[in-house]
Amino acid sequence: MAHAATHDHHDHHGAPKGFFQRWVMSTNHKDIGTLYLIFSLTMFFIGGAFAMVIRAELFKPGMQLVQPYFFNEMTTMHALVMIFGAIMPSFVGLANWMIPLMVGAPDMALPRMNNLSFWIMPFAFLLLLSTLFMPGGGPAGGWTMYPPLSLQGESVAYVIFAVHLMGISSIMGAINIIATILNMRAPGMDLLKMPVFVWSWLITAFLLIAVMPVLAGAVTMLLTDKYFGTNFFNAAGGGDPVLFQHIFWFFGHPEVYIMILPAFGIISEIIPTFARKPIFGYRAMVFAIASIAFLSFIVWAHHMFAVGLPMGAEIFFMYATMLIAVPTGVKVFNWVSTMWGGSMTFETPMLFSIAFVILFTIGGFSGLMLALAPADFQYHDTYFVVAHFHYVLVTGAAFSIMAAAYYWLPKWSGNMYSETWGKIHFWSSVISVNVLFFPQHFLGLAGMPRRIPDYNVAFANFNMISSIGGFWFGASQLIFLGVVIHCVFFSKKKAADRSWEGAKGLEWTVPSPAPFHTFDVPPVIHDDELAHGNTEH
Amino acid sequence: MTSGGIGRSVSAWAAGAFALFGGAAWANPEPNQLNMTKGVAEWSPYAMHMVALWVCVVIGIVVFGAMFIAMFRFRKSRGAVAEKWSHSTKLEVVWTVIPVIILIFLAHLATGGLTSFADTTNSEMTIKVTGYQWKWRYDYVDYKGKGVDKVGFMSKLEETSNRARQLKSNLDPAKIQVDGYSTYLLDVDKPLVVPTDTKIRFVIVGGDVIHSWWVPALGWKMDAIPGIANAAWTKIKEPGVYRGQCAELCGQDHGFMPIVVKAVPKAEFEQWLAAQEDEAQLQKAAQTAQAAPAPAPQG
Repeated sequence: MAHAATHDHHDHHGAPKGFFQRWVMSTNHKDIGTLYLIFSLTMFFIGGAFAMVIRAELFKPGMQLVQPYFFNEMTTMHALVMIFGAIMPSFVGLANWMIPLMVGAPDMALPRMNNLSFWIMPFAFLLLLSTLFMPGGGPAGGWTMYPPLSLQGESVAYVIFAVHLMGISSIMGAINIIATILNMRAPGMDLLKMPVFVWSWLITAFLLIAVMPVLAGAVTMLLTDKYFGTNFFNAAGGGDPVLFQHIFWFFGHPEVYIMILPAFGIISEIIPTFARKPIFGYRAMVFAIASIAFLSFIVWAHHMFAVGLPMGAEIFFMYATMLIAVPTGVKVFNWVSTMWGGSMTFETPMLFSIAFVILFTIGGFSGLMLALAPADFQYHDTYFVVAHFHYVLVTGAAFSIMAAAYYWLPKWSGNMYSETWGKIHFWSSVISVNVLFFPQHFLGLAGMPRRIPDYNVAFANFNMISSIGGFWFGASQLIFLGVVIHCVFFSKKKAADRSWEGAKGLEWTVPSPAPFHTFDVPPVIHDDELAHGNTEH
Repeated sequence: MTSGGIGRSVSAWAAGAFALFGGAAWANPEPNQLNMTKGVAEWSPYAMHMVALWVCVVIGIVVFGAMFIAMFRFRKSRGAVAEKWSHSTKLEVVWTVIPVIILIFLAHLATGGLTSFADTTNSEMTIKVTGYQWKWRYDYVDYKGKGVDKVGFMSKLEETSNRARQLKSNLDPAKIQVDGYSTYLLDVDKPLVVPTDTKIRFVIVGGDVIHSWWVPALGWKMDAIPGIANAAWTKIKEPGVYRGQCAELCGQDHGFMPIVVKAVPKAEFEQWLAAQEDEAQLQKAAQTAQAAPAPAPQG
C-alpha cells in the first residue's frame, strides 16, 4: 500500500521550526511549491493592478488619468509581470508540489537548485518593478521589446538583467522537473502510466530548455546594441530590426505553449475525476501535447505576417500554424468524450475546467482565424488579437491554475475550501471575463489598434463595457484570495485523504494535508489506483 | 407569444444580425460596429474572414452542443452511472481527418488571397510612405510611368484632436466631427490624395522606429521598418475619405498618428497632382532666386 510508506514518520524529519530556516533555506518540494504559488499570486495582483490602470484610462475617449508614456509602461509591465511573474511561476509551483506526489518520489531530484531557482525570482521582479520608480521610467516598448523602439528606453539594462534572471530560474526549474520525472518515478510508474499533468510538464520543460537561452541571446544582443556599439538590429549600421523579431518569436511561440501545455495537463486530471470516468484516449492526449510542442518551433513568423515576409515564408508559416488546430482539436474532442457517459458533479474545480474547455476553444477559434495570413493583415495588432490571447491566457491558463488550486487545496492544506464561495468566485469570474474580453473582438474588427491610450468615439461603448468587465473581474479575484486564506487558516471542514470521490492517482493515497515528507519509501503501485493505470484504454 | 410572433421576432432578429454582421459596408469605424469592414478596394480579406468565422461558429455549435448535452444527460444528480470505455480508434480517426479537410479548404482560400496580395506588378503609380515618430510622410514617386517632381509632404494629427487628447484637456472628443462622424484622433492636417480605379503601389519604410501603415478600408496593414522597403498595393473602387492609424507600437504618441486617404476620381487627381507639381516648381524657383546671390546653394 502506498499509505504505509507515508506513515513512516520520524520526528527529525519534520519541517524546520524557524521561519527563516523553513522558508528561505528550504529544500522541500512542498514548501518551495507553496513559495512559488504565493509569489505568483502576488504577481497576479500586481499585474492585475496595472491592467486596472489600462482599463481605467480606456474607460472613455480622451486622456483622463495617465500620460501616454506611462500607459505604455503599464501595458509593457502588465504583460511581463503576468507572463513571467504570474502564469509561469504558478505552473512551476504546481509542478513542485504535485509531480513528486504524482510519480511517487520523495522530493524533486535537485532540491538545492530548486531553492535557488525560486529565490532568484523575487530579485528579478524587484529589479523589473523598481524601474517604474526611476527617472526615465520603466520599459515602455511592449513586452516584445522590438528594437529600435525598446532601445529608446532608459531602463533597458535593468529589464534585460531581470529577464536573464527569470530565464536562469526557468531553465533550472525545467532541468529539475526533467530530472525528477525521468529518474525518480516509483517502480511501476511507467512513462505511459504517468498522469497527463506530469507528461505535459515533461514536454513543457524541454520547451523551456530549448527556448529560454534564445530569449537570453536576443536580449543580450539588445544590450550590446544599446551600450556597446554593436549593430545587430540597427539598420544604419548594417543590422536588421526584423532579425530581432525572428529570434524573439522563435522563443516567443514555444513560450505561449509553455503557458498552456501544463494547463492541458491540469484539465486532463480534473475532468476525469468529476466525470468519474477515465480520460478518453490517454495516448492520443499525450501525443497531441508532444505534437503541439513540436509544431510550436516552426510557426514563429505567424506573429510577423505584416513585416513584409516573402510570400513563400508567409505560406509556410500559415500552413504550419493551421496544422496546430488538429492536435488541439483532438484534445478538446477527447475532453468532451471523457465527459460523455460519465457521472458528473460540478464542484468548483470542474466548473473552472469546463469554462476552460469552452473559452479556450473560443480563443482557439480566433487563433485559427489569425492564422490565415490575408485576414491577419486586418486582425494583426488590433484588439482582435488582444481578445484572442486573453481568451487563451486568462480563461485558458489562469482558469486552469484556479481549477488546480481548488482541486489540490484540500491536499495542500488538509481543509476543504468553502464550496459556496468557490462557486461565487467562479460565476463572478466567468461572467465578468466575457464582459471584459468578448467586446474586444468587435473593437479589433472595427479597426481599433492595440496599445493605444485613447481612441475614436466610435469605439467608446465597447471600451466602456470592457472596462466595467475588467473592474468586475479584478474585484472577483479578491474573492479567490479570501477563499484561499479561509481554507488554509480558518476552515473547520477537514479534507479526506482522497478529497474527491472520483479522484485517482498517487497524490490521493497520502494523508491530507500532505505530510512534510512523502514516499520516503517508494510506494507499491496498483494500476487500478492510478488515473491511467491501464494503458490499453 | 404565438408561433407567428416568434417567427416574426426571429426574422427581425435575423435581419438585425445580418445588418450588423454582413450587410453594411463601413468604410470608417462606426459606433457599435461588430464586424470587419468589407473595404473599398479590389483586394479584400473580408470574404476569407467571413468563411473562417462561419466555419468556427459551426464547429463551435457542434462541440459546445455536445458538451452541454453531456452536462445535462450525464449528471450524477440525475442518477447517471459512469461508463467504463475510454477509447475509440474510429472516432479518433474521424475527428482528426475532418478538421484536416476543413483546413485544406481554408488554406486553399488563404493561399489565393496571399498570391494576389503579393503581386504588386503592373501598378500605375507609386507612393512612398515613411513612418516617423509620430507622423507620416508621403512622397509621390511616379504616376502612369512618369516620374513625379518633388511632390511630398508630412501628414500629422490635426490640431483640434491634438488639443483634446492632452491629459485632462476637458475638451469633449465627441464634438470633433466631420459630416456627423467622429473624426477624433482619425483626422490629419494634410491627407494622402490618391486616384480611384488605379493600381497604386506603396513603398513603405520606417524613418526611426517600426510603424505600421493601416487603413482598414484598404484591407491590409504593412510595417514601416527602418532599413527595409516593404511593398503593398491597392486599387480603390469608390471615391471617399478612408481613415486609419499606426498599428505598431512606436512610442508615446503611437495612438496619435492617424492616416487619412482621400480617394478621388482620376481626372480630379490629375488636376490635384499638377497643382502640387506647380507649387513645388514655384517653391523651387523661389528658392533658387533667393539662393542666387549666395556662392554655393545646397539643395
